[in-house]
Amino acid sequence: MEGNILEMRGISKSFTGVKALSDVNFKVAQGEIHCLIGENGAGKSTLMKVLSGVYPYGTYEGDIIFEGNVQNFNKISDSVKTGIAIIYQELALFPDLSVYENIFAGNEVKKGGIIDWNETIIEARKMLQKVKLNVNPETLIRDLGVGKQQLVEIAKALSKNVKLLILDEPTAALNENDSENLLELLRDLKGQGITSIMISHKLKEVISIADKATVLRDGKTICTLDASKGELSEATIIKNMVGRDIEDIYPKRPDKKIGAPILEVKNWSAYDPQLGRHVAKNIDLQVKKGEIVGIAGLMGSGRTELALSIFGNPKNYKLEGELLVDGKPKTFRHTSDAIRSGIAYVTEDRKGDGLFLIQDIKNNVTAANLKGISSGGLINENEEVQVATGYKSSMYIKASSIEQTVGNLSGGNQQKVSLGKWLFVGPKLLILDEPTRGIDVGAKFEIYTIMNKLISEGMSIIMISSELGEVLGMSDRIYVMAEGKIKGELPIEEADQEKIMKFATQ
Amino acid sequence: MNFFSEARSLLKVNIRDYGMYIALFVIMLTFSILTDGLFMSSRNISNLLDATGYIAVLAVGMTLVIVIRHIDLSVGFAAGFMGAIAAIMLSQLGMPVYLTIPIILVLGIVIGMFNGVLVASVGIPSFVSSLAAMLIFRGALLQVTENTGTIIIKDKTFNAIGNDYLPALATVGGLNLLSLIIGAFVILFFIYSEFSKRHQKLKYKFEVVSMPIFVVKLVFVSAIIAYVTWILAGYNGFSWTVVITLIVVVIYHFLTTRTVLGRHIYAVGSNPEAAHLSGINVKKITYIVFGSMGMLSALSGIMYTARLQSATTTAGTLFELDAIAAAYVGGVSAAGGVGKITGSIIGAVVMASLSSGMNLLGVGISYQYMIRGAVLALAVIFDVMTRKKRG
Repeated sequence: MEGNILEMRGISKSFTGVKALSDVNFKVAQGEIHCLIGENGAGKSTLMKVLSGVYPYGTYEGDIIFEGNVQNFNKISDSVKTGIAIIYQELALFPDLSVYENIFAGNEVKKGGIIDWNETIIEARKMLQKVKLNVNPETLIRDLGVGKQQLVEIAKALSKNVKLLILDEPTAALNENDSENLLELLRDLKGQGITSIMISHKLKEVISIADKATVLRDGKTICTLDASKGELSEATIIKNMVGRDIEDIYPKRPDKKIGAPILEVKNWSAYDPQLGRHVAKNIDLQVKKGEIVGIAGLMGSGRTELALSIFGNPKNYKLEGELLVDGKPKTFRHTSDAIRSGIAYVTEDRKGDGLFLIQDIKNNVTAANLKGISSGGLINENEEVQVATGYKSSMYIKASSIEQTVGNLSGGNQQKVSLGKWLFVGPKLLILDEPTRGIDVGAKFEIYTIMNKLISEGMSIIMISSELGEVLGMSDRIYVMAEGKIKGELPIEEADQEKIMKFATQ
Repeated sequence: MNFFSEARSLLKVNIRDYGMYIALFVIMLTFSILTDGLFMSSRNISNLLDATGYIAVLAVGMTLVIVIRHIDLSVGFAAGFMGAIAAIMLSQLGMPVYLTIPIILVLGIVIGMFNGVLVASVGIPSFVSSLAAMLIFRGALLQVTENTGTIIIKDKTFNAIGNDYLPALATVGGLNLLSLIIGAFVILFFIYSEFSKRHQKLKYKFEVVSMPIFVVKLVFVSAIIAYVTWILAGYNGFSWTVVITLIVVVIYHFLTTRTVLGRHIYAVGSNPEAAHLSGINVKKITYIVFGSMGMLSALSGIMYTARLQSATTTAGTLFELDAIAAAYVGGVSAAGGVGKITGSIIGAVVMASLSSGMNLLGVGISYQYMIRGAVLALAVIFDVMTRKKRG
């Protein structure tokens, strides 16, 4: 292969004090398929955002060299002009527009300022042929499956004369057939001289398609493995992805007193009428008093959906199966029923559906339990201030006062407010969904410490997490989910990263 | 020096709230100068407030509707329609006023709840469902007044709501005694409640504003209450309209600031998904807010019909837009979750002052609309700017 099409040299990038990338070096040779691997939060997406101009020149350190020239992208359209196209996991298509309109959206075929629709359709057909998608260009995106939508995205990229195609977990939402098609297409494009970078969690895929693979961990380049030298095996990849001392990051738990089951679900299924499929199927799960149960799995494996179906079912799934709290069967019609039974759910998307960003810390902390600070429907504001002040110090929330707007806090402090809100409910079982996503190491440690303290006070925790280290460092027992099913259950003594990955990538 | 820096930081934090009071003050001062004091005369202020009442109660309800990210365009003709029903019950069916008013208020709640069900349970955008309701009520109003045209109301008690004043008991130096007593009572109550709030806070060892600032605030607010009382007492004293409006404002202010229900309403407004996950029944809150809007529409219809002493075929035209404008001038945010009852009332008074002042000056109606439009736009621009700066 002749030289490098892309070289990223010494890239560093910080977010308000948290280092996401530090001195990353990344080389991609002309015409190869290069996979980028690492745990969630290792910095893969950030690196690709730097490359595509989402983070403009000047907000990071280091150099991007594309086709031999140093590039200073100020916006995404700059990188597109140079021939770099990125396709995100969440597709950026317009569902109510047709295939051809989507392919040329933002890049319309014009004659004298007026769109030439006939020419557009002819061009769209050519692009569809290139990606081997056999659909009428006038079909609406809405009427296509996810796999075909992905191909439309690629056709869109090809219409802009792409030289380097970046795919962020392209197969995460695809079934086996569609995934295989997509990989086949990538090989095909390689034959046409198009270089690809693929971010993926599915190691089998990586091994089958990659010419090279670069592993990132904690914002650093660990190594680049070359398939032609036979370096690409599941074991080597996992070893390089992981490899760190867990003891320093996770506080020790003094005593373990595990009691009777608090929550049991039996043969539990949740059907999402909007997606038209089961988001959780035939789940059997048990949580005992004083226990941290980890639920591992990749994004989109149905972990959040399972949690929501247990927590009062706010998404209105059709539920089947049995749910027992303290051994008694329960039906929750609303989240408030679940809360009353002693279950609390700290959401993974704290900004989206966790916090009231325009309100202050005080109002957020008491939002789920106004009964606790009121009598006869009247709020005792002084009581409220006391409660909020208490959580501010016990959760180590760093803020000027409890009247600070939550939207202005850092991610870690927002997460602690979220946690405080649910602790004030006084739950028996706390479901934490990605409790440390996007927060720095120091705040993580504080959250782990709080979790251990709660457990020693007799609470139970379900921790959903994509970070294997965290799952292994904190849990007593681990369930691994994939495709809406529980693929394996591991007591902590038997669990290791390789086993979890094996279940999760099945 | 310390006093001023504290005052300045208070002003900075509360610029949006204080800005509105300052704007109202500037508007009143300007009109007073331009009209040689005629604007602030007892008679004019009294008329101004009486003419604002039926919009003000709508603005109170509308504030909550907008806070939970909805809108209700049907309130104007709903008020007109329910006013007409009241007139029919009183004049044609000969029902007593003490039965008519509760029935109309309950009818309003039912109508509002129906809107709430359409919005929350069926999932129709409130703009569309209330637009449909607006057309329906407009037709219904024409239908019930079709045969008779304007329905005259002879019931004195009912008409008193829109036209009469609290009895004076006696006059002191040409001033209405009962109004003076009420004014004094309100000031005393205000001072007492401020002191007890401060005392409570100190008991919990919380921060409070310094004593000088506290005293200035007490004196300032008391002076305003005293001034308004004095002006009103110089004419006929407090009208029933003003009393009813004040009662509505006090109840809703209390509800929104001190109760669990109020907190839930603002939580739903600032993030409905988070509210649902916090165990708040978003649908129930939507029913309640629309139900309250319906009840206040009924009240507005009663006040307006009583003021005209009759139900007309066009009653309620554009009330909804005046109410929405008042709420926005008063600092309600279309993004949801933000907006105070007191703000919307000030907004309603600002808009009414503009109309009244411009009428006194003889400004043509065409310019009046344009100026009120500009003020609405300016208020929202100011709102957006101050919010951006803080965010």
